[in-house]
Amino acid sequence: MFVLIVGAGRVGSSVATTALQAGHTVSVLDEDPLSHERLDMELGQSWEEAGGRFTIGTAMELEALREAGVEEADVFIASTNGDNTNLVVAQVAQRRFDVPRVVARVLDPRRAAWYQEQGVNTICGTAIAIEQLEAAALRDTA
Amino acid sequence: MSSLYVIVAGAGKVGWNLARELIGKGHEVTVLESDRRRYLAVEQELEHAVQYGDATELWVLERAGIQRADLVVAVTGDDEDNLLICQVAKEKYLCERIIARVNNPRNLIHFKLLGIEPAVSATDLILRLIEHEVPSYGLVHLLDLPNEELEVIELVVSEDSHAAGKRVVDVRLPEGSLVMALLREGKGLVPNGETVVEAGDEVLVVLQPRLEHDIESIFVSPNGRY
Repeated sequence: MFVLIVGAGRVGSSVATTALQAGHTVSVLDEDPLSHERLDMELGQSWEEAGGRFTIGTAMELEALREAGVEEADVFIASTNGDNTNLVVAQVAQRRFDVPRVVARVLDPRRAAWYQEQGVNTICGTAIAIEQLEAAALRDTA
Repeated sequence: MSSLYVIVAGAGKVGWNLARELIGKGHEVTVLESDRRRYLAVEQELEHAVQYGDATELWVLERAGIQRADLVVAVTGDDEDNLLICQVAKEKYLCERIIARVNNPRNLIHFKLLGIEPAVSATDLILRLIEHEVPSYGLVHLLDLPNEELEVIELVVSEDSHAAGKRVVDVRLPEGSLVMALLREGKGLVPNGETVVEAGDEVLVVLQPRLEHDIESIFVSPNGRY
């Protein structure tokens, strides 16, 4: 599969590395060249030598998305550190480029839930943390 | 206009001035500002009409009373924020009227894609004014009604164009377009079929957007503009 990942911070780069090692074609779009170094470090070799693609640019620009291969993407992951950017670019990928599987990382639990209802697939790290924290802290106290 | 309840997201220069004008016209306004220092500065003047909080968060919008808002105007400096504030206002809270500010005109396509209209770009407006001041630039958009599929454009008739020297009735305009007015030597005139179009005239044409190219080729010669 062709996986396009927008935003390769801690979350995005980890998913990118896993996807590449699983044999997928992986393209990363990030405005910060430092993200490229993070990928190299995580892999223990050069990202490109390992077969990865990297584009420097901002996902709000259609040209950057095209250059990163959005038109061929089977999977689109919006994982920048901004909820609002992720929600916008995920909708762009879904509605303009008809990417079959789109996932957006959204830290705000209420908006993650609402957009999920609207048909945008969202993953909310905060909701997961709340659940686990409550389970760990309040276990057997009910 | 009867009194409206307006939520303004963003207390930058645009938001602050807008709020002041709206309040002056008798409307009820709540401005939302996420920067604490900016909020405190604006609060000195607007007092209870400004609230501290990030307007992209649902609870902040709810605290501001979005359920009863007649109009939501998103004018922060961030296009993603403006887009999502309006999207949520329209689709979650069913607010009837929204207005979004677009900072980078290249983001206009995203607003259109997600149905956020009207989206206003100051850069775009100024660009149009410049085009109007410099007619040799070619085709000027005076009015765009994308939903109604109509626009009004202005063109300068060039010397060796199809239209130059012809009566309006003889200019072969495509179905769905009409010459509304001619501007000649600083004077405007409403033409009838007998009026002769002269090179150097500025013509105002109302048309369906898809005809723009055809209209341009009728009034502007291919080998050089007036």
